[in-house]
Amino acid sequence: MADFRMPALGADMEAGTLVEWLVKPGDRVKRGDVIAVVETQKGAIEVEVFDEGVVSDIVVPVKTKVPVGTVLARIGGEAAAPAKAAMPPTPVPVAPPRPPAAPPPPAPARLGAKVTPAARRRATELGIDLATLAGTGIDGSVTLADVEAAAIARPPAKAAPLPAEKPRRLGFDPAEMRKAIAAAMARSKREIPHYYLSDTIDLGAALAWLESHNAAQPVPQRMLPAALLLKASALALREMPQLNGTYVDGAFHPGGGIHAGWAISLRGGGLVAPAIRDADQRPLPELMAAMRDLVQRARSGRLRSSELESPTVTVTSLGDRGADAIAAIIYPPQVAIIGFGSIRVRPWVVEGRIEPRSLVTASLAADHRVSDGHLGALLLNAIGRLLQEPAKL
Amino acid sequence: MSPAATGTITYREACRQAIRDALLADPQAFLMGEDVGRYGGCYAVTKGLLDEFGEDRIRDTPLSESAFVGAGIGAALAGLHPIVEIMTVNFSLLALDQIVNNAATIPHMSGGQFAVPLVIRIATGGGRRVAAQHSHSLEGWYAHIPGLRVLAPAVVEDARYMLAAALADPNPVLIFEHVMLYNMEGALDPSVNAVDIARAKIRRAGSNVSLIAYGNGLIKALAAAELLSAEGIAAEVVDLRVLRPLDTATILASVAKTRRVVIVDEGWKSGSLSAEIGVRIAEEGFFDLDAPLRRVCGREVPMPYAAHLEDAALPQPADIAAAARGLVRPGRT
Repeated sequence: MADFRMPALGADMEAGTLVEWLVKPGDRVKRGDVIAVVETQKGAIEVEVFDEGVVSDIVVPVKTKVPVGTVLARIGGEAAAPAKAAMPPTPVPVAPPRPPAAPPPPAPARLGAKVTPAARRRATELGIDLATLAGTGIDGSVTLADVEAAAIARPPAKAAPLPAEKPRRLGFDPAEMRKAIAAAMARSKREIPHYYLSDTIDLGAALAWLESHNAAQPVPQRMLPAALLLKASALALREMPQLNGTYVDGAFHPGGGIHAGWAISLRGGGLVAPAIRDADQRPLPELMAAMRDLVQRARSGRLRSSELESPTVTVTSLGDRGADAIAAIIYPPQVAIIGFGSIRVRPWVVEGRIEPRSLVTASLAADHRVSDGHLGALLLNAIGRLLQEPAKL
Repeated sequence: MSPAATGTITYREACRQAIRDALLADPQAFLMGEDVGRYGGCYAVTKGLLDEFGEDRIRDTPLSESAFVGAGIGAALAGLHPIVEIMTVNFSLLALDQIVNNAATIPHMSGGQFAVPLVIRIATGGGRRVAAQHSHSLEGWYAHIPGLRVLAPAVVEDARYMLAAALADPNPVLIFEHVMLYNMEGALDPSVNAVDIARAKIRRAGSNVSLIAYGNGLIKALAAAELLSAEGIAAEVVDLRVLRPLDTATILASVAKTRRVVIVDEGWKSGSLSAEIGVRIAEEGFFDLDAPLRRVCGREVPMPYAAHLEDAALPQPADIAAAARGLVRPGRT
């Protein structure tokens, strides 16, 4: 018996709305099947299941907003055994969702939990569920500071059904996404001691190779320079594994593979960085296809849960209409972000002569709690070196 | 001592100047009490005034608080402006009937036909090793009585100027002078020549915790705030100044700012002024509180005579700082 839970689609997500079930009780599912669609601040996400079995119970009905970790459905073995209270893999500090009813009283607290009057009032104002907070005050009481810390750490959300009178189009809501970006970036700048490095890379060889490669391809198969930049970044990270992973609970956790979050700007504003798994191992044409697929699905609001959960690093390229360079902000809990400015023809000194060359400024923002500038510089150097031999990418 | 030379004056001198000013400004004003004339006052506040103003206006009285407070009430009813000194608050209990049953009630019972413009100065508090019949802080009892205004000057400015405001009040006013303050020196702002007798005052601004105090407790609260400041805790110190009627608005404004409260009262906890303040905060400022209320009060024993025991029985800056620290940083000691 396994529980299918509301996933955390990024460190900044607190709650999601179940908008569609793609299975019903009795359906057989296997690992990797998309079985539900969840609407988040990042848009509608197709959620995959990681267990095999038969859906025994749909716990949360559609159009219900529930906190991360809430059991959405139960997946049983062959016989669809009756639901047993299985120990969850991690403690989930939220109450199970209830069927839509009258709005719950604001800021309910655990029975017997101590909450100061000021904290209780503030939690009501902010819509913070006191039951999710750990108190740091006298006798373990939840204090004003605890509530305000929770409000900063997570955008306010309540485990309550969506009001019916507020129709929202499936897909992403720019205002909600802005809130999610604000929360994640503010947390990053507050918690992560960034260091920044940049390096100018001559792309002459890479662009020449790309031109000859593309000449032999039909238009839909042609590659963009971004694919080379991403592949070179992924390969360089293989040499510098301390820059690929996450920093959680005071410790660095190396990524299990180089799953590069590819930053995609959305029409109407907003940004997502879904993962391209094992980017260092994919041939360039496959990488390019994956990037195209992600862009298309990101913009139509159909990303998958695994793509949002798993990035171990982020790569961003400003493209033709960007700027010379980017000093990027790390997406927590990742520990590095690699950025590329626009590729521009600029004067460059080659063997004592000034020549016009296509150059790109590669930059790195990395978490100083995990790595130092020397390592970061080695990463940028490696990217530059790899891009000089594009045929090997 | 020479006030002009140092730029500061003692609390004792501030009290003396206030009385002298009142006698000079108002021919209806006079002072009476035990040993205020020839002896110059038990705490030497009235030294020299007999020579300057004569026996009609600086009157030594028999050792009978009931008699001379009653005489003061009668004089006030007859149109004079008496200043009555009671040597210590413990002795004032002999005059409790006069103060509570007459001074506080006559204006009310006469339908406002009789005013009692009486001022009683009373020494109060512990710390002078004079044991359990001379050291208590009973001002909270008087703060219980409608019809009285009760003042507690804790700084030289209030000692210097509260008396004039009290004499101008048509109703009886009690001024409690803490015995440990008489030797305290402080600067007088030359631009100030009057104070109100209605409002509490923030003596030190802070954001983490409010220390609410009066009298000598204020001085100890300020010392505690200094200790806390070294630890990065910003304590706000509220000087009550007026014990009746309480300036609840100033207290609540401070609580709304800091959300944590330590009430300092040399009086005993049970049925005390500190209890009254705490309940007012709970009644009117409940939703601003981010921590339980705390009180640092006198131990509930008759005041010990031995120095180390008396010190232990009184609120001390370290006790106040510890209470505040426990609210601001629970879990650390």
